[in-house]
Amino acid sequence: MPGLGRRRFLGYVLVAPTLVTAAELAPAPTAAAETAAAETSSRGLPSPEITELVDLNDVMTLAALPTSNLITIEVHQDGTVSFALPRAEVGQGITTSTAMLIAEEMDLPVDRVRVTLADARPELLFNQLTGASNTTISTYTPVRVAAAVARGRLLEAAARELGVPIGDLKLKAGVVTAPGGGRVGIGELAEKAAGVKARRVSVELKEREQFKVIGRPHNRIDALAAVTGRKKFALDLDVPDAKPTMVCRPPTINGKVGSVANLDEVRAMTGVTDVAVVSTGVAVRARTFGQCVNAVRALRVTWRPGTAEGKSDESVLKTLKAAEPPLGLPPLTPSVEARFTFHFRSNSALEPNCAIADVRPDRAEIWSGLKAPIVAKQAIAARLKLPPHAVTVHVTEGGGSFGRKLFFDAALEAAEISQKIGKPVKLMWHRADDSRQGRTHPMATSRVRAAYLGNTVLSYTQRHTSVSTDLGHGLGEVFTALAAKLPVGDIGFSQTFFHLSQSMPYDFGHHSRLLNETDKTFNTGSMRGVYSPDVVCARELVVDQLATKMGKDPFRFRRDFLRGERDRAVLEKVAEAGNWGRTMPADTAQGIAFHSEYHFASAVLVEIDCRPETVNRPIRDGVTGPRVTKAVLAVDAGLTVNPRGLEAQMMGCLMDGIAQTLTSSLHLRDGYFLEASWDNYFYTRQWNTPPELKIIVMPSTTDEPGGAGELGVATAMAAVACAYGRATGTMPTSFPLNHGTLSFVPKPTVPPIPASPSDGLDHTR
Amino acid sequence: MPEHTFRLNGEQVTVEADDDERLLWVLRDILGVTGPKYGCGINVCKACTSHLNGKAANPCAIPVKNLRPTDEVTTIEGLPATAGTDLHPMQQAWLDQDVAQCGYCQPGQIMTAVALVRRLAREGRQITDADLDGIRNICRCGTYFRIREAIRAGAENM
Repeated sequence: MPGLGRRRFLGYVLVAPTLVTAAELAPAPTAAAETAAAETSSRGLPSPEITELVDLNDVMTLAALPTSNLITIEVHQDGTVSFALPRAEVGQGITTSTAMLIAEEMDLPVDRVRVTLADARPELLFNQLTGASNTTISTYTPVRVAAAVARGRLLEAAARELGVPIGDLKLKAGVVTAPGGGRVGIGELAEKAAGVKARRVSVELKEREQFKVIGRPHNRIDALAAVTGRKKFALDLDVPDAKPTMVCRPPTINGKVGSVANLDEVRAMTGVTDVAVVSTGVAVRARTFGQCVNAVRALRVTWRPGTAEGKSDESVLKTLKAAEPPLGLPPLTPSVEARFTFHFRSNSALEPNCAIADVRPDRAEIWSGLKAPIVAKQAIAARLKLPPHAVTVHVTEGGGSFGRKLFFDAALEAAEISQKIGKPVKLMWHRADDSRQGRTHPMATSRVRAAYLGNTVLSYTQRHTSVSTDLGHGLGEVFTALAAKLPVGDIGFSQTFFHLSQSMPYDFGHHSRLLNETDKTFNTGSMRGVYSPDVVCARELVVDQLATKMGKDPFRFRRDFLRGERDRAVLEKVAEAGNWGRTMPADTAQGIAFHSEYHFASAVLVEIDCRPETVNRPIRDGVTGPRVTKAVLAVDAGLTVNPRGLEAQMMGCLMDGIAQTLTSSLHLRDGYFLEASWDNYFYTRQWNTPPELKIIVMPSTTDEPGGAGELGVATAMAAVACAYGRATGTMPTSFPLNHGTLSFVPKPTVPPIPASPSDGLDHTR
Repeated sequence: MPEHTFRLNGEQVTVEADDDERLLWVLRDILGVTGPKYGCGINVCKACTSHLNGKAANPCAIPVKNLRPTDEVTTIEGLPATAGTDLHPMQQAWLDQDVAQCGYCQPGQIMTAVALVRRLAREGRQITDADLDGIRNICRCGTYFRIREAIRAGAENM
């Protein structure tokens, strides 16, 4: 694509019965990234400000270039246009924003564009990973190129059809009109515009000033399906004979089956068709999930130890402290120093881990919400001892992800079970399984030291020590492929990811951030961000401390030390919109925080109420505690495709940030997590939601879109923590704040799942 | 296997199921009605919320034997018909506010919202922040704020 001048791109017309156009799924690298590559190749060493040169998303984009294949747009005779997005829709709104891109270039109403999710396409390699907020960044140009090629072909066909020069034609709302009143719909043109031989064509894309769809709020294209219950998730699919299946799981993390005392007895239970020992436990298949629950609860299993036997929060904290890299010699100047602890958190989505598998002797078919379907396909093929081409992996709509669907634990397990019993299965993890054996955000500590003198911050040092985060879902492969190109040498995937995703936006003199990871015995994963929420929360709390020590207001201190204009703009925006500095009653306070990542800047202002009458407000089977009463978030997403979708993402980030600071964690004891369901794990609920909330999407400042899924979590988490510190006069150092109080009675581990209640009729209201 | 008869979305249905089979699995696994979602199976996440005789009820906690032939079960699929329209006013409010993200919890959220507004009408009072705070349905995408806005708007048109 380079070398064609600004705004000219190459696309393709393919041979097909109706018009099919295509583009390579890899935008030209941004000028910044190219400069970065040039600069870093001569530099050769990790730089503390590596993210300014090349951040994670640039790496993913560069990685895509040499290996990419084509994505295609198809025009149908009914006047609709379809596109199979090689990404996972898990609620983040990318099917909607992608439909908007196509509608924009083709001058179509958005509702004429149908976006589905592509099956695993191994030829796309890195191009089918949904993660690190990369979707819009990497598909923004190619999708529009394919759409622009289609538009051009339709106009050519219309010119022939109407006998009018192409320059006189107008394409609007799916209809081509000519000056004399001639008109023809794109549905009629779909066949006539079809390619008879493959062609490469050069197209121009619309300039930002011409946009009529991009940048304007649009409701989700799947909203009607969602509110009518018609939206189909994996467990809603009707795959022939794929009967409900569950697994009886061990009482400790990753325990193994020793022996089963009553296999035949359970096989004879009503509705049960199969019972089989598998690598993760004992699988049962039945007519209904209710019968599966009964069978799982009836199994009498002797278990072998798990991977975290005997471990607890206390023992892991000890391990982490022992692994902390040193902060170095104490500075000779005044300084602020703090140590923070972040406990395990569950990245469970509301849709539990689930998958459908139909494994035959010579082939397999899988359905699941997957963000790394190619890796899943390869791993499942290897497990089944089938060639990868014999395994078809369908990506279904996901009921949330938050990091969970980067992995394919349920898909792999379903495949194993289906192969073992020789029948199709619809596998569902019980919520207790999902909570206790599912992946968690790792426990971590962060030590920070900042030295200052007068009005200058001389240095900032942060040492983040974490239980190992499993990044084995494909990101690792990206870095393997790019190791030679990256300016980080061979310091390892996690460190690479850490350096690439963390940045220092403040003018804090010499700064150094290091990550150390230890203990691989847990099932971990990212959770709407990998390191940022914890790292940034620690940093922003120390920023507040610095401001206090240096006699400055927290907002003005940040504004004075932020280096970027866009950074200062979002900060000033929330301060203004949130009325920063207003007089507040005792035990209540405002907090403000800033975070930038993935070409994005965000600031959050919250108000928190820590008065006893609020903290102790009664809620049955829930935790209350301090309440965030108001939240204002400003975000600069570069070019925003769908401001409404971005607003929704940012609101979700706020809810996650509130949960991570105040209420959500897993308690590890004796080698298992005590939390077994949503009445134990306190994600933000309505009673924790800020009644006053405002999201401000800043006007687009660039022509390049940023990534939206994760950014606001860190900012929100930090702002809530800062507000709590200011309301109580004590900087919080252990998260979430309520971790020290166990607010529930742990459910038994044997049997591993609770019985369903039977008193539902008593609770109708 | 015993037979059970009740009304589902306006029609009389009879199913063969264990007496203790929870209604959620009768709906999803036997009748193929998949609007009510599984999120916990112990009546805490509320993703399966439906209506029993017009009130919010959670099928994961109702053994099918507890239903009488005259009991009317309404799932999200049958909600519009209760208003005699293609979309219930609350569903329309959900669309207007673009509430859903992944959408997994939303059928339950909408059924809870409708039942809440009906209950407040019976009690003869307006929605308060405390009523909204009392909603227990979990949304892991964090759409809570838009849910609050949509309920207030939907209530206007119910």
